[in-house]
Amino acid sequence: MSTVPTPLADSSIMLRRNLKHTVRNPVTVFQAVLFPIVIMLMFVKVFGGAFSVGDDYIDYATPGLLVMAISYGLGATATAVNSDMTKGVINRFKVMDVSRGSVLTGHVIVTTLRCLVACAAIIGVAFAMGFDPAASALDWLGAIGVIVLLSFAAGWLTVALGLAAKTAESAGMATVPLIMLPFLSSAFVPADTMGAGMRQFAEYQPFTPIIETLRGLLAGNPSSGDAIVAVAWCAGFALLGYVWAVSTFKKRA
Amino acid sequence: MRSSAIAVSGLRKAYGDKVVLDGIGFDVAAGSIFSLLGPNGAGKTTTVNVLTTLMKADAGTVRVAGHDVVTATKQVRAAIGVTGQFAAVDDLLSGRENLQLMADLKRVRSGDPVVTRLLERFDLVESADKPAATYSGGMRRKLDLAMTLVGNPQIIFLDEPTTGLDPRSRRAMWGIVRELVAEGTTIFLTTQYLEEADQLADQVAVLNQGRLVAQGTPEELKRQIPGTHVRFRFADLYELDAAARVLAGSARDDEELTLRVPSNGESRSLLALLSRLEEHTINAQEFSVHTPDLDDVFLALTDPTSTDPTSTEHTSMEVIAQ
Repeated sequence: MSTVPTPLADSSIMLRRNLKHTVRNPVTVFQAVLFPIVIMLMFVKVFGGAFSVGDDYIDYATPGLLVMAISYGLGATATAVNSDMTKGVINRFKVMDVSRGSVLTGHVIVTTLRCLVACAAIIGVAFAMGFDPAASALDWLGAIGVIVLLSFAAGWLTVALGLAAKTAESAGMATVPLIMLPFLSSAFVPADTMGAGMRQFAEYQPFTPIIETLRGLLAGNPSSGDAIVAVAWCAGFALLGYVWAVSTFKKRA
Repeated sequence: MRSSAIAVSGLRKAYGDKVVLDGIGFDVAAGSIFSLLGPNGAGKTTTVNVLTTLMKADAGTVRVAGHDVVTATKQVRAAIGVTGQFAAVDDLLSGRENLQLMADLKRVRSGDPVVTRLLERFDLVESADKPAATYSGGMRRKLDLAMTLVGNPQIIFLDEPTTGLDPRSRRAMWGIVRELVAEGTTIFLTTQYLEEADQLADQVAVLNQGRLVAQGTPEELKRQIPGTHVRFRFADLYELDAAARVLAGSARDDEELTLRVPSNGESRSLLALLSRLEEHTINAQEFSVHTPDLDDVFLALTDPTSTDPTSTEHTSMEVIAQ
């Protein structure tokens, strides 16, 4: 008998499974990295010149692009979770008394890792395009923390969306709002330049404080007000996603 | 007394208004093959789901490997292996990785050659490192069953294990099932194929519209329906009439223009029948000797037009008292 607690051991087995899936199917990582980079090139090289944001556009846009890289990779997770549920393999795990949460935590952790890879790629390309952050080592650590937290929270929410969807296709579609939200935030232009209505939406939607927190950290002048709101949103998402995912999982069990 | 591996009584399950299982009960002896037979929608998969702890019944008791499925779920799960109707293999993993995943989850000691052994046994060595998505239907089923065998479960549930397989793969699967039983495993098998139940099962239960309409050995079930007979087909009603007059004890079907005559199937009795027809210059367009198989039992018992499936008058069967 193993001395490692069962749920933990099961989760690490499932994590290995999901990691293998990701490696076998590099297209999902490629897409999650490529699309945000295309958007990045478009905004920085095409539109950016026309935007007046007070400093270099690449410095302004990078935090938003990081968030976009995270949200763009979620569709693959929702699809994978859903096909796990519909393809019968889940019944095998259930009959084997695999700890219930491990199937889900495996997906969440892999999603988080994939988001980190995508973010690393974005930062790499940003540097190549002249990104010049003023962040200290501590600020960087904070920024990475925010990225991990957001990825983890979005991961749980996406797992829940994937579980709740009827088919793999609709599961992928369910994450589209999460991909759209960064566009309607302060990711690419400051919220106060937007029209009435849009502006209020952009100011109060969750991605804006998260992006502002990242922007503050990377610029070397973190704002604790934004940070608290950002962390609260992430914690809320994670909790909502977790509760929703677990209850849906039980219902489908 | 033989110990029973599975004991079910008064099992009921309904989805809303639709009653799927209407109080079924049966007993499976340890080390035997039990086959649950029934048409699509009879409730076979629901029964498997309840027995394998995937689903809760509305009423009734189910003991698997001596444990109650509701109160001792963990012990039941430790004792069983399940191969569902749709191959539960991970498409993105290779055959070897799929088996290793099972071995890890079952906490098989590393160094135990179980994965290699199963790959060899199921003739999957050549494709062991290819993703399961590239496997043929038969290979997927084999891999699926191999995955079920990791950890040596005492009781194996096979839900329509050969549906969609070609005849050769089906026979290979039968061979594997027989080997398992020879090793002492108990097999609970659902199938729509009567030949399969006939070939494999020690006990057969026929499920129709949520009720067990018969159970017994394949031989017992076959005895319930009309025995061996010869079937003649005629060109028209006139010839059919004439033949019905000369062949005593025959049963006619005017629509099909056929006449069914009891016979033991021996050449001498066939010759006698044919001679009788010849004497009266009656020509049958075709004739065939028909030995009852489970198909006949099945069709007789699961006839959707019969309102009460237990009304068949055969005595040798164990009709479940309703």
